Amino acid sequence: MTREEAFERVNKVFRDIFDDETITVNDATTAADIEDWDSLEHINLIVALEEEFGMKFTMGEITGMKDVGESVDLILARATQ
Amino acid sequence: MRELEYPFDGALLLKKRKALKRQLLEEQRDWLDKRIAILGGSTTHDIRDMLELFLLNQGIRPAFYESEYAQYWQDAMFPNPALEEFRPDVIYVHTSLRNLTAFPALTDSPEQVEELLRAQYARFEGMWERLGEVYACPVIQNNFEYPFWRLMGNRDAADLHGRVNFVTRLNLRFAEYAQGHEGFYLHDLNYLAADYGLEAWSDPFYWHMYKYALAVPAIPRLAFSVANMVKSLFGKNKKAFALDLDNTLWGGVIGDDGVEGIQVGQETSLGQVYSEFQDYLKAHKALGVILNIISKNDPENALAGLNHPEEVLRPEDFILIKANWDPKSRNLVDMAHELSLLPEAFVFVDDNPAEREIVRQQVPGACVPEVGDKPEGFLGILDRSGFFEVTALTGDDLKRGEMYRDNAARSRLQATFTDYGEYLRSLEMKASIRPFEEPYLQRIAQLTNKSNQFNLTTLRCTPEEIGAMAADPNCITLAGKLDDRFGTNGVVALTAGKAKGDTCDIILWLMSCRVLKRDMEKAMLDELVRQCRERELVRLRGHYYPTAKNAMVREFYEAMGFTLLETDGNGNKTYELDISGYTNQNAYIEVSV
Repeated sequence: MTREEAFERVNKVFRDIFDDETITVNDATTAADIEDWDSLEHINLIVALEEEFGMKFTMGEITGMKDVGESVDLILARATQ
Repeated sequence: MRELEYPFDGALLLKKRKALKRQLLEEQRDWLDKRIAILGGSTTHDIRDMLELFLLNQGIRPAFYESEYAQYWQDAMFPNPALEEFRPDVIYVHTSLRNLTAFPALTDSPEQVEELLRAQYARFEGMWERLGEVYACPVIQNNFEYPFWRLMGNRDAADLHGRVNFVTRLNLRFAEYAQGHEGFYLHDLNYLAADYGLEAWSDPFYWHMYKYALAVPAIPRLAFSVANMVKSLFGKNKKAFALDLDNTLWGGVIGDDGVEGIQVGQETSLGQVYSEFQDYLKAHKALGVILNIISKNDPENALAGLNHPEEVLRPEDFILIKANWDPKSRNLVDMAHELSLLPEAFVFVDDNPAEREIVRQQVPGACVPEVGDKPEGFLGILDRSGFFEVTALTGDDLKRGEMYRDNAARSRLQATFTDYGEYLRSLEMKASIRPFEEPYLQRIAQLTNKSNQFNLTTLRCTPEEIGAMAADPNCITLAGKLDDRFGTNGVVALTAGKAKGDTCDIILWLMSCRVLKRDMEKAMLDELVRQCRERELVRLRGHYYPTAKNAMVREFYEAMGFTLLETDGNGNKTYELDISGYTNQNAYIEVSV
């Protein structure tokens, strides 16, 4: 899986979670860029990304994540699907 | 919506919740609006979202009150204007093992352990008592899941100091409270967690990260289970099975394989699977669920199969057997009509995906579970679907099968009379018309929630609201029971009116479809007029509020002699009847009050 492919799938997950087809995420996207992205939606994002890529984030990774780019790095390293 | 029927894809529901909610709300339905308070001992955000989806799928449009994080106890115990103003129709207390404040220490004496148990229990009992007093609505309360670690290993279950032992005993106390309190319903979190897998359910990651007391992927299962209880409380349970025969109740095709060739009974593994499934279905009769057959077969083959010596289900276990070559969708609609039920009251079980699809497409609202193609899986899927979730078990439920059988006998008798009055006389009907009173309050509430067709105002009530009506001195409440030579029908007719000045305003009038065309409505009106006269009221005011299902009574008040006063833009009609010159209309039923 290339980084572009991963981003495409991550983007799809974001659109589903926020029910907004106009969202496009990039490396630098953070919660500040998406209006509905609060701590409760963050949980749903994490769970949906884990489901999409067949992997689990650790607690340390989730609390340390700064932007979407970092989560894609972790996904590329550990995705099973 | 297929996505929300068991077995569902929980991850999909969590991810697509917003789009699914939008789609559900776009459906044209007669929404039942309900206010639901979630009092949580942990995060409840996703629980609310999932509960909303499953309730919308049942036709219930919820408004929510959600307590602040883990404030369930404070919300319940102290004056709470927000919750009081919300006036919940149901309160769901979502607590878990994380909300127990103390566990036994290994050094505690048996008396100390007992005292600890009492104290943990008392905290909850005090809360339930207060909720009952202040809010007077049904309360759904979780019991506790098993601990996810065991200090003493297996001994934890046996030793008084073990957490497993402690939780087990506490859960039994909760169950005892539920047994003694109508309107209090135990949600079996413990079973659900076990069924899901305790290790995955209790993954501490979700507690420490987000303060969820269960794993987020398990939340759809929890919400589905709670939603099933809520829809049952509001009368949305299914009432009947419509079952296929070949490869559903037995292995093989009777028309091809013959009676000797079908698989059922203890001789083969597959035969045992079908026998166990039949045992399971047959047990539903005790709940008042009625069993019927829809099978593509010649009738003699169907009966030959059901008379196979190893068969658990016999022909007499079924109310209607439709064995023919017509489309199953047509058979289902006919069957519903003959039993005075709606098609969506049936659970249609068929191993053949093509038959399932036809029924889904041709019968809107039909309940067609995706039972799969493995007979060993049928039972588990039906059981977890919660179609018949029992929140209250009334005497009437237990006798319902007999009633449908009696109705079949009445139909045969009717066919021998040419004069309908003669037929009614021959039934030797006796009615008792009494105020709303124990032990019928549960049954009365149940009737208000599930009667759709003969229902003038479609006023839905909880047992608590029925009790309040009964206690209101300005209310005239009538609950009619009807017996005849074939048997008893139990409480089948309800009328309630409120005195306003010299007028009695009829807020509730409904009748069970099983006593249609028996003149019971006339007996009810006679009694209502009699009581109005006692109170020196001079007129009745009636209302007809149209719904998708109550066209049957569109002209009811005209037929009873009322005068139409007005019709508003929504088709709601108001009628009046001056009772000064009223003469009794019932001629065939002997009434006692």
